[in-house]
Amino acid sequence: MAVLDIQKLSVSYATPRGELKALRDVSITVPDRKIVGIVGESGCGKSTLISAIIRLMAPNAHVGSGQVAFKGEDLLTKGEAQIRALRGTQISMVFQDPMQTHNPVLTVGRQMIDIQYRDALSKAEKRKRAVDMLALVGIPDPEARLNQYPFEFSGGMRQRIAIAMALMARPALLIADEPTTALDATLEVQIIKRLRELQDEIGCSILFISHHLGVIAELCDEVVVMYAGEVVEAGSVRDVFHSPAHPYTRALLECDPGHIKEKTRNLPTIPGNIPDLVNLPSGCIFAARCPRRFDACTARPAMAEASAGHGTACHLIGMEMTA
Amino acid sequence: MTDLTVPKPRSELGEIVYHLVRDPLGLTGLVIVLLILASALFAPWIAPYDPIALNVPDRLQGPGAAHLLGTDQLGRDTFSRVIWGGRVALQVALPTIGGAILIGLLLGMIAGYGPKWIDNLIVLLFDTVRSFPTVMFALAVVALVGPSLNTVIVVIMVTSVPTYGRVVRTLTQSLKEAEFITAEKSLGASTPRIMTVHILPNVLGPLAVLAAMDIPTVVGLEAGLSFLGMGVKPPTPSWGSLLNDGYNLIRNTPWLIIAGGIPLILTTIGFTFLGEALRDVVDPKLRGKGGK
Repeated sequence: MAVLDIQKLSVSYATPRGELKALRDVSITVPDRKIVGIVGESGCGKSTLISAIIRLMAPNAHVGSGQVAFKGEDLLTKGEAQIRALRGTQISMVFQDPMQTHNPVLTVGRQMIDIQYRDALSKAEKRKRAVDMLALVGIPDPEARLNQYPFEFSGGMRQRIAIAMALMARPALLIADEPTTALDATLEVQIIKRLRELQDEIGCSILFISHHLGVIAELCDEVVVMYAGEVVEAGSVRDVFHSPAHPYTRALLECDPGHIKEKTRNLPTIPGNIPDLVNLPSGCIFAARCPRRFDACTARPAMAEASAGHGTACHLIGMEMTA
Repeated sequence: MTDLTVPKPRSELGEIVYHLVRDPLGLTGLVIVLLILASALFAPWIAPYDPIALNVPDRLQGPGAAHLLGTDQLGRDTFSRVIWGGRVALQVALPTIGGAILIGLLLGMIAGYGPKWIDNLIVLLFDTVRSFPTVMFALAVVALVGPSLNTVIVVIMVTSVPTYGRVVRTLTQSLKEAEFITAEKSLGASTPRIMTVHILPNVLGPLAVLAAMDIPTVVGLEAGLSFLGMGVKPPTPSWGSLLNDGYNLIRNTPWLIIAGGIPLILTTIGFTFLGEALRDVVDPKLRGKGGK
């Protein structure tokens, strides 16, 4: 069974210019014990999606329709107390900037013990668990380091601590919002490896948000490509990366420096800009920037199957099948 | 440095005191403040004479062996009055600041974290209180209920609340948007938990600094109100009434006004130094980097 099953979720923001439709009919499934990556450029709705799952939305955000089913229960209809009971125990989150995710005036130990407030354990037991978690994420000498303040740790260490805190209660789902973006390349590899091991050990699912294609390819089982608030392609990492079906995915892969074979001075880009989410174009959301646009693109494409378990929202799919 | 073992952890307060006394500024401030506190606390034992005992034959004597700081127009020993006056000053300053901090903390955190309409309401309240000059406000209250130490305490407390409340509100507002608060929420922290465990300790540091620096202001205000005859009633010694007495006799006996002014200056210096040093010490990140 899927741990997280998002169906036709639409979220919009009230802005002075009008309703900004940040997410439109987004459907994403995170299967049990799998790592699903979400990739897309800035403004594609990744952060809105996370905030809707964990229900920490901006005050001006509004869920239009859809459901977010976690272990079969719709999170969107739950009360504030119910959702808070799930946060940190069933669903946890790791944030982008490790320099900002800890309370600067409390020691790491105090924060790690405090977050276990729901468990009926003695302080010593909670401390023991914090030590174990720190050891698990690879912090050397965890016993002593519990007494240190966040600023006494490096960025990579702080991100490990954030991961340790998020996994403390062994949640079923970990949401990682670009957890390696603020780190340098070697640390990125370490954190990715560690996440893989931890996922294996704890047996949780991970929803991993990134705009780094290499990291997604390395870490994830499945990948969802988002563009301007819609899912344009979804499938196994192998299918999506080896035979991308949507022109946007192809363009994205072509822009990835890791994929470029020849030496070049200028990295390729996708011409044009993302559409205005207040005044949406009718038809395909990517049509204006698509190199393969044709007549059918004036209508909004539905999700179609490119191969088994690999879907894309593009009119070309039916065409190529028949051609 | 060959010793690489992590030092034994001190408590948060121990850590602050340890770094405070290593900073020359902090040490000076701390010593002055402790001296003032001690002299106020042990006034009955330190003061050589009864501060209100009249000794008219010995009036207006200059500083000397019998009277360290001389005597006033009624022959009362000025040194004893300074010591006892410190007691009055702190009797006003400590409850005033304590009360103002408590109320300011509560209102400021509610305003900063709560919904917009509560914020507007509390800010309106702060602005209203702030719009009265303290002395005018005190004059009005004294005219209504008569001068007393308690009146002074209440008036200064009420007019100090906005100072603390605004600082707390601003800090809370910026902390509310901080990513670590969102991170804590995502791990299941409730609003009361966020307020007490995460926002409060971040607010207390700056507030302690503000309070330390505010004590001289309050002491000065008390002296000012007593000087104007709105504070403590004679013959109770206070630094303000000492100044008042000295002011009337400044041509012939300048030591009276000097004796009343020096403790005020010392208090200001002591608490300001302490406040300055505290600022570096309460932030764990700056700890040990400010002083040499």
